Amino acid sequence: MSNSFFGPLDPAPDAGWVEAPPRKGFFTDTSVCIGCKACEVACKEWNAIPDDGMNFLGSSYDNTGALGASTWRHVAFIEQSKPLGTQDAGFAGTAAGPAATDVLNRAADSALTGDRSRLGTDTNAVDLGMPKVELPGADGAGRADFRWLMESDVCKHCTHAACLDVCPTGSLFRTEFGTVVVQDDICNGCGYCVPACPFGVIDRRIGEKGVTKNVGIAQKCTLCYDRIGDGLQPACATACPTQSIQYGDVDELRERAQKRVETLQAAGVHDAKLYGHDADDGIGGLGAFFLLLDEPEVYGLPPDPIVTTKDLPAMWRKAGLAAVTLLAGAVAVFTAGGS
Amino acid sequence: MVPDATFTSYYGRPVVKAAPWEKDIPAYLFLGGLAGGSSLMSAGADLSGRPGLRRVGRLGALVGISASMFALVHDLGRPDRFHHMLRVAKPTSPMSVGTWILTAYGPAAGLAGAAELRPLLPARLRDGLAGKLLGLAARPAGLGAALLAPAVASYTAVLLSDTATPTWHEAHNELPFVFVGSASAAAGGLGMALAPLSESGPAQRLAVGGALLELAAEHKMERSMGLTAEPLHQGRAGQLMQLSKTLTAFGALTAALLGRRSRAAAVVAGTALVTGSACTRFGIFEAGQDSARDPKYTVVPQRERLNARASAGGT
Ligand code: SF4
Ligand code: SF4
Repeated sequence: MSNSFFGPLDPAPDAGWVEAPPRKGFFTDTSVCIGCKACEVACKEWNAIPDDGMNFLGSSYDNTGALGASTWRHVAFIEQSKPLGTQDAGFAGTAAGPAATDVLNRAADSALTGDRSRLGTDTNAVDLGMPKVELPGADGAGRADFRWLMESDVCKHCTHAACLDVCPTGSLFRTEFGTVVVQDDICNGCGYCVPACPFGVIDRRIGEKGVTKNVGIAQKCTLCYDRIGDGLQPACATACPTQSIQYGDVDELRERAQKRVETLQAAGVHDAKLYGHDADDGIGGLGAFFLLLDEPEVYGLPPDPIVTTKDLPAMWRKAGLAAVTLLAGAVAVFTAGGS
Repeated sequence: MVPDATFTSYYGRPVVKAAPWEKDIPAYLFLGGLAGGSSLMSAGADLSGRPGLRRVGRLGALVGISASMFALVHDLGRPDRFHHMLRVAKPTSPMSVGTWILTAYGPAAGLAGAAELRPLLPARLRDGLAGKLLGLAARPAGLGAALLAPAVASYTAVLLSDTATPTWHEAHNELPFVFVGSASAAAGGLGMALAPLSESGPAQRLAVGGALLELAAEHKMERSMGLTAEPLHQGRAGQLMQLSKTLTAFGALTAALLGRRSRAAAVVAGTALVTGSACTRFGIFEAGQDSARDPKYTVVPQRERLNARASAGGT
C-alpha cells in the first residue's frame, strides 16, 4: 500500500495493465526554447480547445497566464538581469526601465477570463529587466545584464497522480502508456482533482452551456492519447521547431536529459538543472519533466512537491480516531451525568 | 508570528489551483456535521427514553442531510451526472468514500426523521400498513444512522486535507478533531435550544464537550501548521475563525452555566454554538482557498524543506 502512494514505480503495470508498452512522456528542454508558442497553437488546434482569452498580461510575452482547462501548454516568459551562461547580451551599463506598475498588474488580471480569471498577478514579484511604460533610466538604475527564460509548461503525468487518486468517478485514469487522462463522458465536474494537483494543472472548464465544449468538466493535457496510440507524436512535440519538447520513452528521455544537463554545465551554464526526472522525488518522478535554467519557483513550479496522498493513510487513521472519539463522547453524555 | 518570508514566484501567480468550489461546500461541511451529531444525539435519546430530544435530533439530521445532499449535487460542474460517483468505490478518494458513507447514512437518517413526522399524517396513512412499518423501522434506522454518523462527521476533514491546498493539507493531523468537535457542539446546541429542558442534559454535555474539543484541537492545529496557519488569521477567513472561537466559547459557557435553567438561555447558547460551528467550516474553507491563491504558502515551506535537506547533507 505504501509504495502505491509514494516512491518509484512503473505506473501502468501498477494500475493493472498487463504487457503495457514502455512509459511515454515529455522531456522539455527549456534551454533551447525560443518562445514561439507553436506548441500552444498546435495543442489548441489538435485538441479543438476553445478560446479562453489571449491578452496583454504585462508579463513579457506571456499571453495565456497559466495552465488551465483550456490551456494545456503554457509558455512562460521570464526576464532577468542575469547573464545566460557565458553569453554577452550587450546590455551592460544601459539604462533599465522602472519596475512594473499596479496598472499593469490590474491589466493582467482583468484580461484573463474564465478559469484563470483569478491569477493574482503581481509583476513586482519578479525582476523585469525590460523597458516599461516610463522612460528607461527614469529610476536611475543601470542594467547589468539580461537574459530571457522561456519554458513550455504542461501536465506532468505524475507517477503518483493526486488528481487521479482523488477522482471519485473514475473519470481520470491511467493509460497503458503510463499517462493520466480525463474521460469527458464520465467526469461530473466535482472539481476535486483541481486542488489535489500539486502543480495547478487541471481545472474545470468555464463557459456557456451548449456553446463551449465540455463546460463544467475537468480538462487537461492527454499527452495526445489519440495520437500516440497510433504511433504519432503529440501535437506540441511535432510542432516544436527547436526540439525543446521531446517525446518518447521516459527511460530513454531521462538518459538524454542527464547528458544534456552535463553538456550545458560543461559549457558554463551552471544554472542548468533537471526538474522532475528523479523517481525518488515526492511524486515518484514526473512523466513530463524539464531542464530549467533557474529555480523551479521562478517558472511558477513548486520547488519540492510531495503528492498529498503520501499522507492519506495517516489522514484516515486520524479521522478514524476522531470518529471513535465522537462515538465514545456520545455514549458518555448519555451514560454519565443526570437528566 | 512567522517572519515575513521572501520568495520567488512567477509574476506572483498561484502555483496550485484553488478548488472551484463555492459556498455549497462549506455549507455542506457544516450541515453534514450537524446531521451526524444529531443522529448520535437522537439515538441516545431514543434508548434513554427522551422522546423530545429524540425528535429534535432526528428532524435535525433529516433537514441537515437533505440540505447537504442538495449542496453537494448543486456544486458539481455537471449535476446531471451525480450518479457517476456510484460507478466506483475508491479508498484513495475521500470523496468516493464519503459518497458511499452518505449513501448508507442518508436513507437511514431520512427514515428515522420521517418517522417523527408520522403523527402529522392523516389518520388513514398514519395507521395504515405503511405508517405502521415506518413506526417499526424508526428505531433500527435511527441506530444505524448513529453508527455511521461519526464517519459522516469526520471524513470531511480528510476530504479537505487530501489536496495540495497548503492550509488544508498542513491541518491534517488535527482537522478531524476540529470537525467532530464542531459537529457535536452544533448538534448539542440544537438539542438544547429546541428540546424540553427536562430532557436536555445529554445535549448540554454534548455541546460543551464538543465545543471544548473543537477549541483545543483548533489551538493545537494552528501551532503545528507553521506558515500555513497564517491565512486562518487574515482577511475574511480570519474574521470567521475569530467569530467561530468567540461564539463557541460563549455558547459553551452559557450552556454550562445557564443552559438548563431557562429556555431563553438555552436558545441563546444553542444558537451561538450552531452559528459558531458554521463559522468554523466557512473560516477553514476560506483560509484554504486563500492559501492556494498566494504562491507564498506553496513555495516557502517547500523551499525551506529543500534547504533543510541540503544543509543536512542531502543533494
Ligand atoms: S500534473 Fe496534476 S493534472 Fe497532471 S497528472 Fe500530475 S496531478 Fe494530475
Ligand atoms: S472533476 Fe471530474 S475528473 Fe476531476 S475528480 Fe471530479 S469527476 Fe474526476
